[in-house]
Amino acid sequence: MKLGLVIDLDTCVGCHACVVSCKQWNTSGTLGALTDYDPYGKEPNGVAFNRVRSYEVDEYPNNKTVNMPMSCMHCETAECVTVCPTGASFKREEDGIVLVDQDKCMGCNLCSWACPYGARELDQASGTMKKCTLCVDRIYDMELSEAERQPACVLTCPTRARHFGDFDDPDSNVSVLVRERNGLQSMPELGYNPVNHYLPPRPKPNAPIHDGGQLEPLTDRFKKWLNKVVVR
Amino acid sequence: MHPAVSVILFTVSSGAGFGLILMTIALSLMGWVPGMGPGQTLVAIFTGSVLATIGLLSSTAHLANPKNAWRAFFRFRSSWLSREGIFAVLFYPVILVYMIGLWLARDSGSLPWWGLLSGLVASLLALATVFCTGMIYASLRTIPQWNSALVPANYLLLAISSGTVILTLIAALQGIELTVLSGLSLVLLVIAGLAKLLYYIWIGKPQGPTLNTAMGITRAKIKILESGQSSRSFLNKEFSNQVPAKTVKRMRWMVYLVGFVIPAVLMLVVFQTSLTVLPLLAVLLLLAGLAIERWLFFVEARHVVNVFYGQ
Repeated sequence: MKLGLVIDLDTCVGCHACVVSCKQWNTSGTLGALTDYDPYGKEPNGVAFNRVRSYEVDEYPNNKTVNMPMSCMHCETAECVTVCPTGASFKREEDGIVLVDQDKCMGCNLCSWACPYGARELDQASGTMKKCTLCVDRIYDMELSEAERQPACVLTCPTRARHFGDFDDPDSNVSVLVRERNGLQSMPELGYNPVNHYLPPRPKPNAPIHDGGQLEPLTDRFKKWLNKVVVR
Repeated sequence: MHPAVSVILFTVSSGAGFGLILMTIALSLMGWVPGMGPGQTLVAIFTGSVLATIGLLSSTAHLANPKNAWRAFFRFRSSWLSREGIFAVLFYPVILVYMIGLWLARDSGSLPWWGLLSGLVASLLALATVFCTGMIYASLRTIPQWNSALVPANYLLLAISSGTVILTLIAALQGIELTVLSGLSLVLLVIAGLAKLLYYIWIGKPQGPTLNTAMGITRAKIKILESGQSSRSFLNKEFSNQVPAKTVKRMRWMVYLVGFVIPAVLMLVVFQTSLTVLPLLAVLLLLAGLAIERWLFFVEARHVVNVFYGQ
């Protein structure tokens, strides 16, 4: 098995729901707690496994906002595991999930240096490295119904921009999505071979720009819009 | 990259210590320095071991969870950091045997065969440790400014040249003839300075991944709208730095002036006049210069994660 995520850059609206649900689940999960520093102060920050950043792609009038959620890519060539001197970082043979053994980590930061995606963050309270577990404590929990055996971020996404599955199976939902939507890896030139894939924004015509002249009557515009929306 | 004081102290001090030991053993085995018998060698070896130990101890200060530091010796097959630790620890019993050999030979002047052998092994271990230090950085593909053979080459050359300058000082304090040592220091400082210059020219070239390859949108201009954070996280504190380009440029001049040019000129003067005060000045300036050089090594390194923050 090669478990991982597919994230749709076309539908992600950057609402940060996945960030919140990730933190909520994992702070009491296997690698928890996810310590907050200065939570009610001037500069609140803390450990997070998942971060969403928003970008403006291209320039006016062709510009569009693209939100890019980032968590551990569970790379096939996981340099973070290679550089670890203690053996605390490991990649599971059975499903490819990269984890950190909190009892072995000495907090040298070298694995975070080796990660190009910023997936690893040091927890100053425990002095150990923490990272996305792909909700390993959810996806195998037989107490949960099958539909709920998915990472917290995937379950919570209101636009269904996140998909979880097995990349080794060519017919799994994630493999099909990557194939049909030209899914891509982030920074492929570094050769880490990340398992997680991103679906690029669909090519869509730009929103019409009004030249400032007389507008069509409202009824006509409403009819046009209705014809576009309602599929007969 | 964030320049941690403990790591700067570690690499400069243990580099100089291992370099000193390497050069002392090499020179004493070849008998190139007249007047440097086992007693004088012992002083230099002891000084080198102290410097290396100070460095190695300070390196544990940057660990967030040092109680697990002993586990770092179990990944020799994959991790350069583990290799460095193993070579550094193996070094101690071997150098102890060599020091016992020198102690026993201080009257007779002839080193027993096991002393000779342990000296050779210790110098190889010192060399391996410094090389591993360089490789820890050079093996990271995420930091284009480090991912080069020039990095371990610089670490080795700076260790050897600073070690030789310190050896010149030790020799001066013991009244040993300084021509060979100061001449060698001068040559090594020039080579190390040129290698560092080569490194600075090489990192001046823009390189590494961009936001375009990170997002798979290869043509359009991309700029960050929101980082999704209201304050600096671990990623920003560890990987980005706000040192202005002007300061960096000034510091490079300082590295050259304090770390290479003045010590080299001092060594040239020593070569011709054998003044004993000058090597002390040279050592102090060189170590200060190397501390700035190591600080710059971190400050100028640009981790790929910065790309996601539009930097």
